[in-house]
Amino acid sequence: MTIKYGATPSQTVGPFFHYALPYANGETLADAQTQGTRIEITGRVLDADGEPVPDAMIEIWQANHAGRYAHAEDSRSEFALDPHFTGFGRTATDATGTFRFTTVRPGRVPGPGNSLQAPHIAIGLFGRGLLNRLVTRLYFADAAENADDPILALVPERRRSTLLAQRLPGEAATYRLDLRLGGNDETVFFAL
Amino acid sequence: MTDVLAYRADDGNTHANSLSPAYGSTVRRSPSQPLVAIPHTLTEVTGPSSQVLRASLDDLTKIGTGEALGERIIVTGRVLDEDGRPVPNSVVEVWQANAAGRYIHERDQHPAPLDPNFRGEGRVVTDADGRYRFLTIKPGAYPWKNHHNAWRPAHIHFSLFGPAFATRLVTQMYFPGDPLIAIDPIACAVPAAARDRMVSRFDLDVTEPEFALGYVFDIVLRGRNATPMEDKHDH
Ligand SMILES: [Fe+2]
Repeated sequence: MTIKYGATPSQTVGPFFHYALPYANGETLADAQTQGTRIEITGRVLDADGEPVPDAMIEIWQANHAGRYAHAEDSRSEFALDPHFTGFGRTATDATGTFRFTTVRPGRVPGPGNSLQAPHIAIGLFGRGLLNRLVTRLYFADAAENADDPILALVPERRRSTLLAQRLPGEAATYRLDLRLGGNDETVFFAL
Repeated sequence: MTDVLAYRADDGNTHANSLSPAYGSTVRRSPSQPLVAIPHTLTEVTGPSSQVLRASLDDLTKIGTGEALGERIIVTGRVLDEDGRPVPNSVVEVWQANAAGRYIHERDQHPAPLDPNFRGEGRVVTDADGRYRFLTIKPGAYPWKNHHNAWRPAHIHFSLFGPAFATRLVTQMYFPGDPLIAIDPIACAVPAAARDRMVSRFDLDVTEPEFALGYVFDIVLRGRNATPMEDKHDH
């Protein structure tokens, strides 16, 4: 297997992306017509000293409520696409390092072999000082399906909690997950 | 059961170490634990379609009533995978400083003038051959506070999606012959053998007479493994 061209290296998004990349309603994946259980996702991006990262950009990618990705390679037509859901969101952190998305709880999607993955949201993190995109996942702490998720099973048990968003008290379904670039409880990041 | 065709693993010789201390901001913003390798699933081999982002904008020079200041340039190229296949219908976003080295950003403290006629950001979708094209102004170098007398080489920021979540790439394009590249901690964080892949080339055929110089910047995204990678189970 010979490679014809070398891949272009990654570089930091830098501190000055705000007027170019985030866009209106990029943090809102679900509107009134989107099917499924509406949820809010929030958290903070923190550096190795626990200080907020106020110039990060976060992207999320997820399946719809039925567990179908809006992409040609997910051809499982038995799970309906939702014309009101693209599955992609993008936002920047604010001065306190906080981000927030409005979306729906994703359905399960297949994993390797015959496995099914627990509901999850893929996260890409960019920022000044991040030469490479950092990739992680959000899982729902209240999901029983986590117990047999094939990807969580690859994460050392004592670090799995860094991927589990906790439901906050209150009526609206709001889940919180902080992304820690170092220090105690450093978030698990994945090599894809 | 769903077997997916995985994207090829990083060769270890292309990307920077996330911790690259010469670039000071990496020190507290890079994981200390090793990354956990995971197999590609539907989550990683799917990704947002080109309809997700906003309308196309390929002229960074037009926003005010007048002409943007600086050296007008055309930046074009192809988005390919490692096997040389074009990546069509894929979003390419760009942003940059103006000719004086100043960004349209409140946190940019460089005392160089803003240009009310320079937009400084744009986005297009690649055509069937993976080609993109922008009209812009050659960006200026600008100082930053990483170390004493630190200057970023002139660069254009690029953001690409490619076909999948796994192929997402944010990078920077540099200009040929720029003496600042060799002393820039961000460019030099990349392994030396791969650094030139971020440098565009001047092209007289892209250059338009009496109008704008032409630069070509081809971008290579991860290719795919020849065979599905779901070999880890025994059936
Ligand atoms: Fe820059």
